[in-house]
Amino acid sequence: MNAVLPHLPALQVVIPLLGALLAGFLRRGGVAFALALAVSWIMPFISGAMLWQTLLTGPISYHLGGWEPPWGIEYRVDVLNGFVLVLVSIVGAVIMPFARRSVAFEIEEGRQAWFYCMYLLCLTGLLGITVTGDVFNAFVFLEISSLSSYVLIALGPDRRALLSAFQYLIMGTIGATFYVIGVGLLYLLTGSLNMVDIAARLDSAWPEYSRAIVAALAFVTVGVSLKLALFPLHAWLPNGYAYAPSWATVFLSATATKVAIYLLIRFYFSIFGVAIDVDTLPISEIIIALSVAAMFIASLIAVFEENLKRMLAYSSVAQIGYITLGIGLANQPGLTGGLVHIVNHALMKAALFLAIGAIFYRARTVRLTELAGIGRKMPLTMAAFTIAGFGLIGAPGTSGFISKWYLAIGAIDKDWWVLVFLIMASSLIALVYVGRVLEVVWLRKPTPEVARASDPPPSMLLPVLALASATIYLGFDTEWTVGVAGNAVEALLGGLR
Amino acid sequence: MTAIASPERLVLVAVLVPFVGALVIPAFHKRPNLRETVTLTTAGLLCAVVFSLLGPVIDGARPEANVFAIAPGLAVALKVEPLGMLFALVASTLWVVNSIYSIGYMRGNDEPRQTGFYVCFALALTSTIGVAFAGNLFTLFLFYEALTLVTYPLVTHKGNTEAIRAGRLYLVLLLGTSLVLFLPAIVATWVLAGTLNFAPGGILAGKTSPAILGVLLALFVFGIGKAALIPVHFWLPAAMVAPTPVSALLHAVAVVKAGVFAVTKVVVYVFGLDTLRQAGANEWLVFVASMSLLLASLIALSCDNLKARLAYSTVSQLAYVVLGAAIATTTSILGAGLQIAVHAVAKITLFFCAGAIYTAHHLTEVSQLNGIGRKMPITMLAFLAASLSIIGVPPLGGWNKWTLALGAADAGQMIALGAIMLSSLLSVGYLLPIVARGFFPSALEGESSKGTRIKEAPLACVIALGCTALLTVALFFSVGRVEQLLLGL
Amino acid sequence: MSMLMSLIEHYNYVITIFLMMTGLYIVVARGNMVKKLVGLSIFQTSVYLLYIEPGKIIGGTAPIIDPAFTVYSNPLPHVLILTAIVVGVATLALGLALVVRINEAYGTVEEDEIFERDRNT
Repeated sequence: MNAVLPHLPALQVVIPLLGALLAGFLRRGGVAFALALAVSWIMPFISGAMLWQTLLTGPISYHLGGWEPPWGIEYRVDVLNGFVLVLVSIVGAVIMPFARRSVAFEIEEGRQAWFYCMYLLCLTGLLGITVTGDVFNAFVFLEISSLSSYVLIALGPDRRALLSAFQYLIMGTIGATFYVIGVGLLYLLTGSLNMVDIAARLDSAWPEYSRAIVAALAFVTVGVSLKLALFPLHAWLPNGYAYAPSWATVFLSATATKVAIYLLIRFYFSIFGVAIDVDTLPISEIIIALSVAAMFIASLIAVFEENLKRMLAYSSVAQIGYITLGIGLANQPGLTGGLVHIVNHALMKAALFLAIGAIFYRARTVRLTELAGIGRKMPLTMAAFTIAGFGLIGAPGTSGFISKWYLAIGAIDKDWWVLVFLIMASSLIALVYVGRVLEVVWLRKPTPEVARASDPPPSMLLPVLALASATIYLGFDTEWTVGVAGNAVEALLGGLR
Repeated sequence: MTAIASPERLVLVAVLVPFVGALVIPAFHKRPNLRETVTLTTAGLLCAVVFSLLGPVIDGARPEANVFAIAPGLAVALKVEPLGMLFALVASTLWVVNSIYSIGYMRGNDEPRQTGFYVCFALALTSTIGVAFAGNLFTLFLFYEALTLVTYPLVTHKGNTEAIRAGRLYLVLLLGTSLVLFLPAIVATWVLAGTLNFAPGGILAGKTSPAILGVLLALFVFGIGKAALIPVHFWLPAAMVAPTPVSALLHAVAVVKAGVFAVTKVVVYVFGLDTLRQAGANEWLVFVASMSLLLASLIALSCDNLKARLAYSTVSQLAYVVLGAAIATTTSILGAGLQIAVHAVAKITLFFCAGAIYTAHHLTEVSQLNGIGRKMPITMLAFLAASLSIIGVPPLGGWNKWTLALGAADAGQMIALGAIMLSSLLSVGYLLPIVARGFFPSALEGESSKGTRIKEAPLACVIALGCTALLTVALFFSVGRVEQLLLGL
Repeated sequence: MSMLMSLIEHYNYVITIFLMMTGLYIVVARGNMVKKLVGLSIFQTSVYLLYIEPGKIIGGTAPIIDPAFTVYSNPLPHVLILTAIVVGVATLALGLALVVRINEAYGTVEEDEIFERDRNT
C-alpha cells in the first residue's frame, strides 16, 4: 500500500489513460463498458484519498519522473483541485451504469468501444487539467479532453451532431490557442511554466512588463472562457449538448465546463491574484456583467426552447453565469457560493440530462410538445427531473438554494444590493422554463408517443434517483460542499495581494 | 413517559405526523375507504398532538427542537410560541373537518386522482405546521415554499386549460414574490442582524436605520405573497378553479393564513413591535393595508361568482391581519391573532357551503341562488352564521374586529379605524344578500317555487359545515382562552 | 518614428501576429470547412513561432554542455512546441475526418448550404 499511496496524483491520470488505450483495442461494446466502469469506480477512491490528505496535512506536491519543480512537471493537489477532482470522479462513477443501455440504444455496436475509449480519454484530460501544477501540461490535457469530447459529440445519432462537433472543434481550438498564447507570454516573462513559480516571478516583472502581463491575462481569460462557455462565448455549447449522445451530454455538462472554470479560478487567484493587484483592473466588473447577462439572456432563450436538451444546455450557460458571478465577487461568501455551485450545478444538471436520456430511451424524442403526460408514464424519472429542476430554480431545501444564499450574501458584502435582486429575478426565469416542462409532463394528457413509455431499468433509473437525492441532500447537509469550498476559498483569498 | 411525550418531541411529531400520513395514503390507493380512514386518523392524531402542546405553551413553555444545522446561520429549527400555537390549533382542527368534507365532496363529484389529492393535502398540512412552528426565518421560508409547491397540484387538480393557467399564475406569483422579495429580505436580515432566529422583541432593534427598516418591511410584506395584500393578490381569485375543499384549505386553513401568520410573526419576532413603531416604518403599511381592506371589499361587492366573491372577501379579511400587524401594538397583534382564528373558521364554513351548493345543485353564481335556502336549509343557515361571524356580530364573532379597532384607536391610527368600520359595513353588503336571496326569493322569479324539495349535499359535507358553523360560536365563547394564549407573546 | 523602429526591431513578433490574424480571419470569414481548417492551422502555427523565436539567443549554440561554450539557446520552447505540433496535427486530422463525415451526410462542406439543408428537413 505504501508503494501506491505517494503516487496517487499520477495514478489519477494514468489509470484512465491506460484504460483508454486498452479500450482502443477492444471491439465489443460490453467489454469496453466493463473496463470504463471499473476505471470510473476506482477514480473516486483516489481523488477522495487525496482530498482527505490535503484537508489533514496540506497540499500534496508530486514530482513527475522525480524531476524537481520548477524544472520538472509538478502535480499539485490542494483543497481547491482536490474538491474538483472528487466532483469529476464521483460524477463519472455515478453516471457510468447509465451508459450501457443508453449507449447501446443510440450508437451502433461497432462504435461503442470507441465511445468508451473517448470517454476515458476525456476523463484523463479533465482530471489531468485539474491535478497538474504546470500551465503547459494543463494545455495538453485541455486538448486531450477537447479532442475526445469532439468525438463524443460527433458520435451522436443525428447528422447535426457532426456539424456541432465541427463547430465546437473550431471554437475549442481557438480557445485552446488563445490559452497557449497567454501561457507563452507568461513563459516569456518568467521563464517558467510551474504555476507556483510563475506567481512568484511575475511579481517582480509587474512594474516593467505590466502591459504584457495584462495581455497574458486577457488571452488566458478569453481562451478559458471559450471552454467554460462564458456568455457570449457559449455559442458552441447548446448545439453540442443537444446533438451529442445522451450520456455524453450528461458527462460533458457535469464535468467539462466545470474543469475549465476551475482553471480560470486557478489563474485568477493562484497566479495573477498572487502576483499583481487585480483590483486595479476591471476584471471583476467585466466578469460580473457577463455573468448577469448569461443569467438573464441564456435563461430567456431557454424559456422558448422546444428541444429539452437545448433548453437544458441554455440553462447550463445561465447557471455557469452564477458560478462566474462568484468568481467576479471574489469575496469569501461569494466565491464560496460559486465553488459550491460548481458541485451543485454539476449534480443537478447531470440528473436532468440523465432524465432526458431516459426519456429518449423510452419515448425516442426530446421535444417538449411530444412529451405531454410522460410524468404519469415515467413517474420516478420525472420526479427526479422535478426535484433537480427545483434545484435549478434554487428552491429552499435543494442544493441550488445554498449556492444562491452565499452568492447573495457575497453581493451584499460588496454593497451591491441590485445584484441580490438580479440573482433572485433570474431564478424566476428558471422557474418559468422548468415550470413549463413540469406543466406539460405532469398535467397534460399522455400523447400516443409516450403511451408505451415506462420508467427505465434500474441501471438507468438508480443514477438519476441518486443524483436527484443528492440535490436534496446537499440542500441540507453542506459540510462537504460549503465546508470544503470555504476552506479552499480561504486559502485562495489568503494568498491574494 | 414524560420523556417520550415531552413537548420538545411533540413539536417534531406534529410536523412528522401528516408527512407519515402522506407516505401511507398511497399504499391504499385501491381501497378508498381505508385510504380515507388513514387521512382521518392522521388528522385526528395531529389535532391531538397539537392540543397536547397547548397547555404547556399557555403555562409559558416554549418547546423547541433543533432539527439540524445546514450552514452557519441556516438551520432547520422548530419553536412553539403563542402565535404559532394558535395557527397550528386552527389548522389542525380545521383539517379534521375538512377531511370529512373532502370525502363527501370528492366522492359526490366523482373527482379523479383522489389518492394524489389526499397525499398533497397531508403534505400541505406538514408544511403548514412547519410554518406555524418555525423557529427561524429560514425554516419559515423553507416550509412556506414547500407549501406553495405541494398545493400546486391541488390547484391544478382539474387538469383543464383553465386550471393549468391558474396554477401557472399561482406558482409564478407566489414563488416569484418569495424569491425576488422575501428571500432578499431574509438575506438582508441575516447580514444586518447576524441571526435568523425569532426572538421576542425582534432581532433588528438598533441594527439599521428607519428607512432601511421600512424597505425591509415592504420586502417582507409583499414578498410573502400568500398574505394576498393588494397588489399581490391575483393568485387567490385565480386559484378558485380548484375543487372546493382545496379552496377551503387555501383560504381558511393553510395557505393564506400561513401568509398573514408569517407577516405577523416577522413583525413581532424579527422587527419587534417597539422598534417598528418607534422608527415609524409601519406607517405606510397601515395605509396600504387599509386600502387593501376597502378595495377588496368593493371588488367583492361586484362579483357574481360565489367563490370569487368569497375570494375577494378573503383578500379583504386578510388585510385586517396585516393591518393588525402594521399597527404594531400588543392589542393590535392580539386582534390580528384573533382574526386569524375567527376568520379561518368562518371562511371555511362559507366555502363548505359554496361547495355543498355546487355538489348538490351545480350552481356557481350568486344570481342563480334564488330560493336555495329552501332546498338546502342547513347549508344556508350555516352560511348565515358564518357571514355574521365575518361581519362581526356577537355571539358568532366580533371580538377580533373589536380588539383590532381598539388597537387602532389606541395607536391613534384613525385611517385604520375608519377602514375597519367601513369594511364591516361592506361585508354586510356582499354577504347578506346571498342569504337573503336564498331564503326570500323574489316573487317575480317563478322558477324558484318549482323545486322546493329539500336536497342537501352528501352527509359528510353537511356534517362538516355544521361543525364549523358551531365552531364559530364555540370560538366566541372561548375567546378568553385564546387571549390568554396570545398574551404570552 | 520610435514606434516604427520598435516594430522593425521586433519584426519576428510582427510576422507572428500577422499570421495569427490571417489564420483567425480565414476561420471567421470562410464558409468552406476545409478552408476553415486551413485557417485554423495557420493560426495555431503562428503560436509555434511565438514560442520558438525567443528561444534563440544570438551567439548561442545548441544546449549541449561543453567547456567551449557559455551561451546556449533555450531548448525548452522546442520541446513544448513539439507537443503543440502533435496536438495541432491531431486537431487537423480530426477536423478533416469530421469534414469527410459531414460531406457524406450532407453532400457538401459549405456551411451555408448545410444550414440550408438542415432547415429544409
